[in-house]
Amino acid sequence: MNDFLQTLVNAIALGSLYALTALGYTLVYGVLRFINFAHSDVFTLGAWVSFTIAGWIGWAGTGSPIFAMPVILFLAMAICAALGIAIETFAYRPLRRAPRLNVLITAIGVSLLLQNVGQLKWAFGTQPQRMAELVEDRSLFTIYDVHIRLVDVVVVILAALLVVALERLVYGTRIGRAMRAVSFDERVASLMGIDVNRVISITFGIGSALAAAGGLLFALKYGSIKQTADATWVLLGLKAFVAAVVGGIGNVRGAVAGALLISFVEVFGAAYLSPHMKDLYVFVILIGVLLFKPSGLFGKAVTEKV
Amino acid sequence: MNLSGWNKHRALVGSAFLLGVLCLGGCDKLGGKKDKGDGSGSSGVASGSENIPPSTGPIKIGHYASLTGEEATFGISTDNGVKLAMEERNAAGGVKNRQIELKTLDDGSKAAEAGNVVARLVNEDKVVALIGEVASSASIAGGKVAQDRGVPMISPSSTNKLVTKGRDMVSRVCFLDEFQGYVVAKFATDNKMKKVAILYDQAAAYSKGLAETFQTEIESLGGKITTKQAYKKGDPDVSAQLQTIKTSGADAVFLPGYYTDVGNIIRQARKLGIKVPFLGGDGWDSSALAKIGGDAIEGSYYSNHYSFGESRPEVQEFVKKYKAKYGEVPDGLAALGYDAARVLFDAMERAPSLRGRDLATAIAATKDFAGVTGKITLDANRDAVKKAVVVQMKGGKPVYVTSVVPKGWPEEKPEGAGSGSAAGSAGGAGSGSAAASASAAGSAK
Repeated sequence: MNDFLQTLVNAIALGSLYALTALGYTLVYGVLRFINFAHSDVFTLGAWVSFTIAGWIGWAGTGSPIFAMPVILFLAMAICAALGIAIETFAYRPLRRAPRLNVLITAIGVSLLLQNVGQLKWAFGTQPQRMAELVEDRSLFTIYDVHIRLVDVVVVILAALLVVALERLVYGTRIGRAMRAVSFDERVASLMGIDVNRVISITFGIGSALAAAGGLLFALKYGSIKQTADATWVLLGLKAFVAAVVGGIGNVRGAVAGALLISFVEVFGAAYLSPHMKDLYVFVILIGVLLFKPSGLFGKAVTEKV
Repeated sequence: MNLSGWNKHRALVGSAFLLGVLCLGGCDKLGGKKDKGDGSGSSGVASGSENIPPSTGPIKIGHYASLTGEEATFGISTDNGVKLAMEERNAAGGVKNRQIELKTLDDGSKAAEAGNVVARLVNEDKVVALIGEVASSASIAGGKVAQDRGVPMISPSSTNKLVTKGRDMVSRVCFLDEFQGYVVAKFATDNKMKKVAILYDQAAAYSKGLAETFQTEIESLGGKITTKQAYKKGDPDVSAQLQTIKTSGADAVFLPGYYTDVGNIIRQARKLGIKVPFLGGDGWDSSALAKIGGDAIEGSYYSNHYSFGESRPEVQEFVKKYKAKYGEVPDGLAALGYDAARVLFDAMERAPSLRGRDLATAIAATKDFAGVTGKITLDANRDAVKKAVVVQMKGGKPVYVTSVVPKGWPEEKPEGAGSGSAAGSAGGAGSGSAAASASAAGSAK
């Protein structure tokens, strides 16, 4: 029983992290119809930026004030949003009318650029670092001998809040309606007076901010952060992408559902089958979905696309 | 821009494919499994064709190292050691009355890149000898090119046996994993850690090999393996494996990984309530280890090539010089880089010419060379046979605990034994170490 509970907690926490990243893939795909390969690097930078800010302000230890976490979260999200908008403006916008493959290759280039610039001395360097303990590392309560850790609770609650906020934004605001309109038909949307470039910029900003939050939460949960070109990040981004595809790329709710699905399969597979092949389970799901339902579990070609 | 369903589908599959390609690139970094050593951009020049080095001007040597990438501290430390050795030698007149010129190239911690980098050093920079790498996977790839081009190579710290196997141009100044596995196993059983769990990196040649030899050795010493688990390098979450280890009731956990993962894994173990000490190999050796591991790593042990706390004069002098130049205490990799370079210079001085074959023969004849990491004698396989030290993490620093000599060598007194403060900084106590090496050669494997 306690093994099961522990596994459940792990799965939900990991699923929340995947969801935050998957949303960025799905949002960008929704408006631009292309996979932003540089997205997982924005996630990475989210972790590193929050680590660096925490170091500058001096909130590295356990004694940091209670508002340290929200402040750093906000700063990291803002910086990464700006970065996402900059990437869109300088790398993707000039290619708006170019064949899609060009944009894809550009995205890979941006990804490599971010990975390698991140290793420079004046950026983050090549050493792995230990993340500041912005959330006190203690167990909140115990059920059946399972410690529910504060950091897991923070991860899940924050992720849930952000997802709900995004949902409200997309379905309940003017900019959200504009995003859906652009997703539905860019040209008609622009004829209706929507500033398409602005909408795309904002979409990149939102996606990147969510990735930054994911990066910060990831670093908090696992304690250490690897340098920007590490394979860990590539794999993480890959899994988030799988989550987006499994849920039906372009679909906000689908991305969340896909993220939870793959994290459950991964974590339970690791606990009850064999931990050696846990990446395999995730990619088997991807292959299965692409074979039998290529548009994803929730990805009927409907007007709900973002 | 409405895409038809088909087009959309195709775009998606195309993207997935591209991502897969990216992953392959990424997975390369995991290195290890490609031990056959491919990765050379070298269209094989026949092994007979030797470089004929110029006989005037500075002597060029090459160093390939992981200056960036996942194991960056390995390469940077080694390069610091090599540079220190070179500057000293040049200040003292160089080799054969010529100055030495070092060219260091970065392989980004990628085994596949190592071959390309070595080919560049040989083809473009025309180096007469090579130093490199730390990671065995990279040394195997680089060593293939060195062997094909007939350029002698010394690996400072690759411990996998395949590095020098069947390659007469390649030698090394460190011990092998077979010995290291024995060292940790002996230390564990001597210190009442008889039931040990193993957690190893399934994709790294180094980690896998070390786990196997450790298991063989500890079982022959009367110990027992409670469970053997694998993790994947870089995996942030190994709680499933640690849970199994916890319930297996081990006295200690052997974790033969690289420092990039070790700190994180031990922290997770402590959170899960695993309180027993962790044991490791020289892959732990980095200043980043304590930074990431923090309190969790205190009290754990690992085997290493040297400890800055040893009282031998070679060690103390090296530590002083290194500190003066770089402002930090040298780790084992810096010491091995320093030793590798000095062994190379020594062989260059002895060799009748700097042609590849002559130089390789001179390197292989190295005997009783007084290195910082102990007396270096190369055996028939061009591997160094020497003792290892075991250090313990205390106050964020690796502190000398004891030395373990190869099987068949006379037992050596632990240096700090006399003075009460057991492990302390093991400063001035005994100087018993020099004795060990003499009777060495034949008996060791």
